[in-house]
Amino acid sequence: MQQLLLYPLLFQLFLSIFLMFFWKKIDAQKIISIVGGFIAVFLSGVLFYTVWNSGIQTVQAASWEAPYGITFVADTLSATLVLLTSIAGLAVSFFSSASVIPARLRFGYFPIYHFLLLGLTGAFLTGDIFNLYVWFEIIIISSFVLITLGGEKAQIEGAVKYFTLNILASIIFLTAIAVLYGLAGSLNMADLATIIPQLENRKLVEVAAILFLVGFGIKSAVFPLYFWLPASYHTPPSAVAAIFGGLLTKVGVYALIRIFSLIFLDDVFLDDILLVVAVLTIFSGAIGSLVQKNVRKIFSYLIICHIGFMIAGLGMGTEIAFAGMVFYLIHDIMVKTNLFMVSGLIYRIKGTNNVRLLGDLYANFPKLSLLMFIPLLSVIGVPPFSGFWPKVSLIIASLNEKNYVIMGAIIFGSLLTLIIIARLWSNVFWKKGEDLPKRDHFLYFQKMNRLKKFQFLAPIILLAGVSLYIGFGAEHMQQLSNRIASELIDNTQYIEAVMPQNN
Amino acid sequence: MKTLILRTASNYLLPILLLISIFILLRGHYLPGGGFVGGLIASIAFVLHAFANGLKNTKRLLKFHPGYLMPVGLAVSFLSGVLPVIGFDEPFMTGLWMHDAIPVLGKLGTALFFDIGVYIVVQGVTLTIIFTISESA
Repeated sequence: MQQLLLYPLLFQLFLSIFLMFFWKKIDAQKIISIVGGFIAVFLSGVLFYTVWNSGIQTVQAASWEAPYGITFVADTLSATLVLLTSIAGLAVSFFSSASVIPARLRFGYFPIYHFLLLGLTGAFLTGDIFNLYVWFEIIIISSFVLITLGGEKAQIEGAVKYFTLNILASIIFLTAIAVLYGLAGSLNMADLATIIPQLENRKLVEVAAILFLVGFGIKSAVFPLYFWLPASYHTPPSAVAAIFGGLLTKVGVYALIRIFSLIFLDDVFLDDILLVVAVLTIFSGAIGSLVQKNVRKIFSYLIICHIGFMIAGLGMGTEIAFAGMVFYLIHDIMVKTNLFMVSGLIYRIKGTNNVRLLGDLYANFPKLSLLMFIPLLSVIGVPPFSGFWPKVSLIIASLNEKNYVIMGAIIFGSLLTLIIIARLWSNVFWKKGEDLPKRDHFLYFQKMNRLKKFQFLAPIILLAGVSLYIGFGAEHMQQLSNRIASELIDNTQYIEAVMPQNN
Repeated sequence: MKTLILRTASNYLLPILLLISIFILLRGHYLPGGGFVGGLIASIAFVLHAFANGLKNTKRLLKFHPGYLMPVGLAVSFLSGVLPVIGFDEPFMTGLWMHDAIPVLGKLGTALFFDIGVYIVVQGVTLTIIFTISESA
């Protein structure tokens, strides 16, 4: 059972290859993708259970021992993120099967989608920094396909921005790896964690760290490098935007967490940079969101704003801050995926995502509106919904550090999120809407059959349920985050699990 | 480019190039070569055939769309990697080798099947790209 760790990874690879055999049979692809999604959740659940009970799991791929071969490591953070990926993946599989039009599905949407999930799972599980780069490549190649699939003009425009910035990020990331390898002569993260602190050349180590920060910063859309995200996330189908918004930026955050909790430690300069970046990210995301008129653009800017919270937790670097950051990450993946699906549902009901034109949703669909209310409340963090608890941890951490700027920024960000969502609610759900001309050749939600409606609503209900669990079962999540935080603070467990022969 | 010389030559070059590609594929593990290069050479054979005899004839020769090679090749590579996990409880991609060498081929191992998978995928991808481009041109 040692190989258990790789099952979620191998299963996604298997799924995408298997789906390619059904290239032209779209209905078969839908069923395989959804059934496969359930199995993936099960496998990741088993992995999480094992890691929770018996500690960090490792696999040395191809039996090559640690510093030389590629190691796969599942500590609690990785296992949690893999589980969340599979849950979000299942939800978006469901949602794609109803919301993505057949013209897009015909060009291999589902195989590529599972390649994307493969890349995400791999990035969370790998313990080798060059292998991490390879997973990032798999992620961005599949995301390029998903973002351009369909080839509308706006889509291509968004994709060009997305493509350029992500390629740039990859180049910087690769340069950083090269510098690091030149310095340390190793690419295994656990090995690097033992070598880097002993190096004499601190300045060059700092340079490498900054390069990593810039590379991952672009990918996770932090302050000066975020503009590609709102420019591209509103263009693809909402199912694609959901998986992008939920997981793609978070994998950048995950990489930052790994690098800065394992390899580059106790560097005051870097921590200060992270904190400054975090504050500016929160401000620019929140203020950017305030002026947007498109539902999906509003959510895109909110992603940026909330990335700032996590970076703030990373910058403070205490155990409470890490716990808050991890909790926020867990909450954010679920809720952002759900928000983009909600935007897709609104689009299907009304035929537009423009806030000015929308309205009347509550009057016509009271039950649906209440369903959509759950992720909206979660993202604000109204207690006891899920966004509230991590913010408490983050604010406590900033109080302990006497870092009132961070505290102010977090409160400011939360407040603006509240204002944005409240305005969105009153505009989209309560306001008297414009009379929109009926669009021809557009399948409105109202005209769908029961099965399609179910496919639309099931994933939103699923993720809303998970969000509610995160909020109301906050004790469990807090335990989980505390354990992850303690693992991140004390990195010897990780190193020992990867390279037992050193001790 | 429908010259008589090229057309005649391509009929002979196709099998020879395919043989070379298989030779390169098998040579791969310890010497320069392998699935990727072999796959490229094999697709060059078909591209040359298409230049000389027209795309339609090459397609008729292939009998199926080269795109189908991609999942097949991926599946072969995937199985060669998963075999140690399923059969022997070894980590993913661990090389399994036969004890006795087979004449001509040498010792067989999972690495060869991985390379064969790559060989097929590369052919599928290259031919799909080239056929699509020359169809739309």
